[in-house]
Amino acid sequence: MIPAAFDYVRAGSAEEAVSLLIEHGDEAKLLAGGHSLLPLMKLRLATPSVLIDVGRVPDLSYIEERGDEIAIGSLVRHHELETSELLHAQVPLLAHTAHQVGDPQVRHRGTLGGTLAHGDPASDLPAAVLALGGTLVAQGPNGRRDIAATDFFEGFLETALAPDEMLVEIRVPKVPGAGWSFQKFNRRAQDWAIVGVAAVTNGTTGIALVNMGSTPLRATAVEAAVQSGASATDAAALAAEGTEPPTDLNASPEYRRHLATVLVRRALEEAGK
Amino acid sequence: MVQIAVQVNGAGHANDVEPRLLLVQYLRETLGLTGTNIGCDTSSCGACTVLLDGQSVKSCTLLAAQADGTSITTIEGLADPDGTLHPVQEAFRENHALQCGYCTPGMVMAIVSLLDEEPELDEARVREGLEGNLCRCTGDHNIVKAVLAGAADRGTLVQS
Ligand SMILES: Cc1cc2nc3c(=O)[nH]c(=O)nc-3n(C[C@H](O)[C@H](O)[C@H](O)COP(=O)(O)OP(=O)(O)OC[C@H]3O[C@@H](n4cnc5c(N)ncnc54)[C@H](O)[C@@H]3O)c2cc1C
Ligand code: FES
Ligand code: FES
Repeated sequence: MIPAAFDYVRAGSAEEAVSLLIEHGDEAKLLAGGHSLLPLMKLRLATPSVLIDVGRVPDLSYIEERGDEIAIGSLVRHHELETSELLHAQVPLLAHTAHQVGDPQVRHRGTLGGTLAHGDPASDLPAAVLALGGTLVAQGPNGRRDIAATDFFEGFLETALAPDEMLVEIRVPKVPGAGWSFQKFNRRAQDWAIVGVAAVTNGTTGIALVNMGSTPLRATAVEAAVQSGASATDAAALAAEGTEPPTDLNASPEYRRHLATVLVRRALEEAGK
Repeated sequence: MVQIAVQVNGAGHANDVEPRLLLVQYLRETLGLTGTNIGCDTSSCGACTVLLDGQSVKSCTLLAAQADGTSITTIEGLADPDGTLHPVQEAFRENHALQCGYCTPGMVMAIVSLLDEEPELDEARVREGLEGNLCRCTGDHNIVKAVLAGAADRGTLVQS
């Protein structure tokens, strides 16, 4: 399968990527790892006429400490997340979740920025960033702005990024020693989650759901119940509250709601609530 | 057209390619290296796995243009020029780790990358490490045996 024809340009910096986005308008797409975009283009479900390859932008592949947070460049690949000693020590949920994505080949190419910007509710890392209460940094024509992860996902494959913005950095709070869990339920090893749960219990509790609606979601009813001292089972019973899970080959909405309660309970138990 | 320059199995190549040319097509059609197979063409089966700067990637899910400046290894580049097989190839032969052979080049490349990255392998890690490669003949048991034999040869096998 061959994508429809397009023009290919390379950006040497985030600023240049933004100028190219402005120059080419709606017809252009950024290309990072290409592991969401190229499969769509091969199926002709996406037909951008210009690809702006940001894969070689230098200086966006760091994972570093910055005060109470860990700052991660948007081009950091899943494999770098899963093998980062700094992340394993400070934000183990993120390193562990990266390891659950696809397979080794996919993790060698896919980027954290790409999976967030793609905004697929079935993807794993967005839920982890959401549960952690991370911050996303967008670069646009007027400089950089911070977007809270809780404000980032707006609809199915839609995010708060403007068409002329590039995601350049992701920051997550350090949570060494906090309880955490990532539960992914799928039928075959390399598959996407039928339902997934990312949980961090760190004084404030963050619980996020994979594939339970049109965006990655915070399970706010569960979080409130945990904060007010409910048991894992009682809190998890609220997991599907307010969700509109999709239906597909693998599962009906009812089955997903059931799975969410089971997986949230397991996540809370594993995280030590 | 995009100009690319790559090292493939140690030899330099410079070509003008169409932006939409996939790396697997570049290898097979432009360079004539047909050892890399196309199975699913939808990023799932791993038949098209090659090493890009030493790491396994699915060459059906990469543009040739994205590979510009990299060093690529395909199955043709594994054995010594004198014909001595790579230890993973040898382990496949010893353990009868192929049936029709279609998945084999991709499996071998994925395993070379896995052994390079994982200092300690046990059976569970081997199975997990091969989740991106499907054997349509379901010959997985002998493939896993071959990897464990290869790892044992290198002294890195952890008994689970
Ligand atoms: C076989 C297979 C299995 C997979 N399994 C899983 C799985 O189990 N779980 C999972 O979570 N994911 C899975 N993925 C998806 C994988 O994680 C992708 O790598 C990821 O979703 C996208 O990252 P990318 O860098 O490849 O983005 P690309 O494909 O390059 O881009 C995706 C989208 O984001 C935009 N974009 C990319 N970077 C930026 C940026 N910095 N700023 C603004 N916009 C940007 C692009 O324009 C495009 O629209 C799988 C993929 C494959 C091929
Ligand atoms: S042909 Fe590339 S993954 Fe199947
Ligand atoms: S040996 Fe036939 S597909 Fe694996």
